[in-house]
Amino acid sequence: MTEQGMIGIENLRVAFGQGADSVVAVDGVSLSVRDGESFGLVGESGSGKSTVLRAVSGLNHDWSGRVAVAGVEQSRRRAKGFFKTCQMVFQDPYGSLHPRHPVDRILAEPIAIHGLGDTDGRIDRVLLEVGLGPSFRFRYPHQLSGGQRQRVAIARALVLEPRLLLLDEPTSALDVSVQAEILNLLRRLRAERGLTLVLVSHNLAVVANLCDRLAVMNRGRIVEEMTVEDLRRGEAAQPYTRQLLRASQGYDRAAAESFRDFA
Amino acid sequence: MSDSPLLEVSNLRVSFPTRQGVTEAVRGVSFTVGREKLGIVGESGSGKSMTGRSVLRLVPAPGVVGADRLAFRGEDLLGASDKRLRAIRGRRIAMVMQDPKFSLNPVMTVGRQIAEAYRVHSDAGPAEARRRALEMLEAVRIRDPERVYGRYPHEVSGGMGQRIMIAMMLIPEPELLIADEPTSALDVTVQMQVLAILDDLCGRRGMGMIFISHDLNLVASFCDRILIMYAGRVVESCRASELRNATHPYTRGLLDSLPRLDDPRAELPVLTRDPAWLTEGGQ
Repeated sequence: MTEQGMIGIENLRVAFGQGADSVVAVDGVSLSVRDGESFGLVGESGSGKSTVLRAVSGLNHDWSGRVAVAGVEQSRRRAKGFFKTCQMVFQDPYGSLHPRHPVDRILAEPIAIHGLGDTDGRIDRVLLEVGLGPSFRFRYPHQLSGGQRQRVAIARALVLEPRLLLLDEPTSALDVSVQAEILNLLRRLRAERGLTLVLVSHNLAVVANLCDRLAVMNRGRIVEEMTVEDLRRGEAAQPYTRQLLRASQGYDRAAAESFRDFA
Repeated sequence: MSDSPLLEVSNLRVSFPTRQGVTEAVRGVSFTVGREKLGIVGESGSGKSMTGRSVLRLVPAPGVVGADRLAFRGEDLLGASDKRLRAIRGRRIAMVMQDPKFSLNPVMTVGRQIAEAYRVHSDAGPAEARRRALEMLEAVRIRDPERVYGRYPHEVSGGMGQRIMIAMMLIPEPELLIADEPTSALDVTVQMQVLAILDDLCGRRGMGMIFISHDLNLVASFCDRILIMYAGRVVESCRASELRNATHPYTRGLLDSLPRLDDPRAELPVLTRDPAWLTEGGQ
């Protein structure tokens, strides 16, 4: 492990489209996440928070700047071994699982790709770990609730025993009571496995619940980095963050009037 | 006059026949709406959307709606002819859905869609409808109405799309608005701005509103009164300001399971569902 920790990003830039139609989604983002840390990326839609995550995970090839994961400089294409270190969980558990593959096949595939062996043992253990149990092995996604599907998605990420888990709005498609279960599960898994988490969310309270530190993004740039303690105390340095904090505290006629756009 | 309710619903039931038997989505819901903001809160599958839809008889086939009474200003909606219902839909009771992407016509400029909504419900000419549509765009705080009028739905942002939807629904000046998760697809700051518009229009026109949402905190801060639904029944109703003191274990469980910025505990209490909630009296 080098001193730069689990993730080191310097001057990351991601643009979509060509020439005059080009949209800069991420514009010079630098951040670092320590080994074992839980880091939140917060922002409104279009702020670039998911794009940063996708560049780290290797899902987006068109980026410039520097990305290092677990001390290894990353190129645009990722080696197979990278995905053994770094796995991702997506927002929509209805869209991220193959509808015609049973849970068993969904979980067996990464094990086969990486040639890990002991498929049965690994699947049973990981299903227990995410609180589902072996009885779920031969069910199809349509036979599962949203919360159970998200547990399967988490199991699929964990079955390779990664050190870094990237979470893109993992609970925003779920009911609040199910969200609480998934947040508790992620917190327990992080403690048990010493995982490093990066959580992308628009929900400040969810980030505060799971993370130690966060970065607030707007229009492709990081507005500020802060600790969760600062966030809880409402001690934001930037007006954009203060506005976001106020908006997340429920409807307030006067507050709505004061909102403005931040360029 | 102002005391008589706009909408009376008594023992509303919605059921869907399936191959496995009849699924009851709404099981005996009763409430009234006056010139107020009534919130209906619940998790997915609680029947809150079906309750809102059944008021306008918009429950999709093969769903069956039944009620002891379903009346708008004393007029029965359940037995009303399709023709009579069309005169009420949009004109007197309007509905705003969750996602503007799926509710706007993609091949028609937004201005024409709003103007059309006006012309269907009045005998105004095209010039008058255009003028009213521009006024309405301004009322929902769209900065450059002339420019937005000529845009297609894919050329506007989500927040603007939802404001356009609201403009279209409010242009015939309905007496009751049913808003089903009208701001759930929007960013928090935009959400606040859209709610402020709805709030003002409600206050100014004396419109009644049914606000359907899964977001307890939002409903508590926005509405006057709240119904909490679980498995097709109303398990609790209270004044919005009193939600903190809710007594039903389901409501308490929902409130407790929300992570909060002002509460640093890590482990969130998980809701344990009591089968008794399914059968208890409701309302």
